[in-house]
Amino acid sequence: MSSFFAMNGYGFYIWSAYGIAVLAIVVEILLLRSHRKAVLAQARSTPSGPAPDSVAATE
Amino acid sequence: MSTNWFRYASPATFYPLAGTLVPWFAAGAAVLTAIGLYIGLVAAPTDFQQGDAYRIIFLHVPAAWMSMFLYVVMAGWSALALGYNTRLSAMMAQAIAPTGALMTLIALTSGAFWGRPTWGTYWAWDARMTSELILLFLYLGVIALRNAIEDPRRADRACGVLALTGVVNIPIIYFSVQWWNTLHQGATVSLTKSPAMASIMLASMLVMAFAAWFYAIAASLARVRTIIVERERGAAWIAALPEVRGAA
Repeated sequence: MSSFFAMNGYGFYIWSAYGIAVLAIVVEILLLRSHRKAVLAQARSTPSGPAPDSVAATE
Repeated sequence: MSTNWFRYASPATFYPLAGTLVPWFAAGAAVLTAIGLYIGLVAAPTDFQQGDAYRIIFLHVPAAWMSMFLYVVMAGWSALALGYNTRLSAMMAQAIAPTGALMTLIALTSGAFWGRPTWGTYWAWDARMTSELILLFLYLGVIALRNAIEDPRRADRACGVLALTGVVNIPIIYFSVQWWNTLHQGATVSLTKSPAMASIMLASMLVMAFAAWFYAIAASLARVRTIIVERERGAAWIAALPEVRGAA
């Protein structure tokens, strides 16, 4: 098992490369979740009517 | 098939469709990543020339492919949005940019950690690496421009023009290894060394490429759902969603 992680001396490079990728993906997923929560909360407090987007489009 | 695909050009019909698709693509990405990593990190034998460092390419190459491919898709949606003034196309372009930036970042960092043991350097101002770095700045530029403009419809047009202008960088990245004699090599895996080894390496790379596809689709669709709610809030159908009413 330790030889698997050592990767014949290349362990640092391999696990750094994969580690950064995993970290970046986890951060993206967490940001997606928190943004969705914030946007849903914002939508809850918005009174129903024409969407702000379509208002802007008719200007 | 008589499905009317234009029906899904409306955010109100696309929102639930995307919601159904996200978990399938996410699960597909997870399964393919597990298979790809197993083949690439465990099953594939050590390369006799590069040692185990070559295992980074199973991450690097699919990420680099996706970084370029997603840019073209983003620019395609931007072109549709500019040409037909369709809101959903602009929202798709907006949703792809962060995942494209993520793939570019992974391609650059994994490349650096491969280059250090293989070439003796983390970074060189080589044509391919420099143009890939410019790709990251293009993605970040599109995201920053979006955040700088308050009116979403104006932001759509400005980001669309920037995204389309940046497309010129994609063939530069792709052909850089042919046009200039640079540090970055042309072929990624030498398929001629040993057929058995080459095919298992290729298998891992292709499985990881499909995993990257599935992940990018899942992330983009999840993000476009949030963008739809953000931009269409106040519309009756948004207010009627169970997740907005809080009844769920």
